[in-house]
Amino acid sequence: MQARFKLDYPGFTLDVDLSLPDRGVTALFGPSGSGKTTVLRCAAGLERAPGGFFEVAGDVWQDEARGLFLPTYKRPLGLVFQEASLFPHLSVKKNLEFGMKRAGNAAGAGFDAMIELMGIGALLDRDPERLSGGERQRVAIARALLTRPRLLLMDEPLAALDVKKKREILPYLEALRAELDIPVLYVSHSPDEVARLADHIVLIDGGRATASGALVETLARLDLTAVFAEDAGVVLEATVGAHEADGLTRLDFPGGPLYVGERSEPLGARLRCRINARDVSLALTEHRDTSIVNILPATVVAVAAAETPGHALVQLRLKNDGPLLLARITERSRKALAVTPGQDVAAQVKAVALL
Amino acid sequence: MDSSALAAVWLTVKLATLVTVLLLVVGTPISWWLANTRSRLKGPVGAVVALPLVLPPTVLGFYLLVVFGPRGFIGQAMDALDLQRLPFTFAGLVVASIVYSLPFVVQPLQNAFEAIGRRPLEAAASLRASPWDAFFSVAVPLARPGFVTAAILGFAHTVGEFGVVLMMGGNIPGKTQVLSVKIYDYVENGDYTQAHWLAGGMVCFCFVVLLLLYGGRKRGAWSR
Repeated sequence: MQARFKLDYPGFTLDVDLSLPDRGVTALFGPSGSGKTTVLRCAAGLERAPGGFFEVAGDVWQDEARGLFLPTYKRPLGLVFQEASLFPHLSVKKNLEFGMKRAGNAAGAGFDAMIELMGIGALLDRDPERLSGGERQRVAIARALLTRPRLLLMDEPLAALDVKKKREILPYLEALRAELDIPVLYVSHSPDEVARLADHIVLIDGGRATASGALVETLARLDLTAVFAEDAGVVLEATVGAHEADGLTRLDFPGGPLYVGERSEPLGARLRCRINARDVSLALTEHRDTSIVNILPATVVAVAAAETPGHALVQLRLKNDGPLLLARITERSRKALAVTPGQDVAAQVKAVALL
Repeated sequence: MDSSALAAVWLTVKLATLVTVLLLVVGTPISWWLANTRSRLKGPVGAVVALPLVLPPTVLGFYLLVVFGPRGFIGQAMDALDLQRLPFTFAGLVVASIVYSLPFVVQPLQNAFEAIGRRPLEAAASLRASPWDAFFSVAVPLARPGFVTAAILGFAHTVGEFGVVLMMGGNIPGKTQVLSVKIYDYVENGDYTQAHWLAGGMVCFCFVVLLLLYGGRKRGAWSR
């Protein structure tokens, strides 16, 4: 996917040139007003960037150099807005059929499977206004996907939902992530959602893309931690290795393992977990006289000042060619331990969030 | 009621129905444009459409007479095309009523279209609906309360006009003599009994219309 958009608004300029994978979920992450939604709208053809270029999996939808600009309704895309924009004058079923019919899927290929995946079978005859916020978003996602799009665009689909509804809908999005073989552009300002759903991340600030890369590597970059501030941390992909007798589950990955409270997933299942920098502390030796279970040998790669005053961020590489980890420690401890690149340390992981 | 009064009632109903239909046809694109445009012309066009709200009907009628009369540019153009000139004809009444009642149709429609916002239309576009398709399958159904209000106001306002129709149409029984003019006629001739019948009928009619309008709006009966 290639996206080149330059747009001038009074007091704001969007200028991005992105090369993104044609598979998986790409998160457009940034503060509100950074221009991430405008990027999405340009990709959808709802805004037209003069001189813009947009290509998905080999199909060019906009190339102003050749005078090409497909209007939105001619682009095979699915679009999910922040508030579900279901048509209030149509039932759920009619809403789903609206796009299906027009996209040449009148026969409803994949209809039953999609209803099943999004868990909306019982809602088909209802009016949109009688659905909960989470149900509406699930219908909106199903409606978008039933047009069999080649690109799915999601503009903060969870932002209008409360925490409980978010938890209710996230599993559906994760199921979707596993099922979909089309690229997804996912606009979000929630580090949590990004950590759970994204494979690739683009950081957007002030109308520019400040970084773009695979999620795992990008989150571990020290120069970008200002963006995540208190939420700085890394994401790891791990495999369920064992369910141990004392009620802990072992997660395996190079540089691991990590022990977490018992999980219901079967052995061999892939899990994503998030380790916040503030939950990692450092020791020069591997203490065994501590209640912390997860102590991993690592090497210091780099040190930088943290957003929080009086604190430093330490980038670590776990041993055995493991992934990068971030640790947030106080300036005082950094001086006391004389933390320097190349030094071997023990990373004490106080909490692992399983996603 | 004598036959000339019945003729006036019938003519009024015929006029108001025809004008309402034509106003919806003419007013819909104008209000859609006003609701969606970013053009600098939005202000001036909106003001011109709203002029009949504030102008005395006689001013409107006067200019219509001038423009459509034998020396007016449209009048002369119609002469050149061998068409009958509009003043003092039923067609003239129709044209005058459309101008006079236009804001009563455009404003509720414009409000309704603006209330829908861009979002449902963008959603429709993302579901492969062309702009025309989206207009008829999404905007029109969602603006339905606006259409109902516009039709009722356009109809009622046309029934209630007096100054413009008198100037443009005159007072020709069975041809341009509408209800309001007929009442004026009765009063001028001192026939208060007949005037009462028609005037009272108008009061009842207008009350029912407004009851429908406000009652329906409150219950949200037209929202679907």
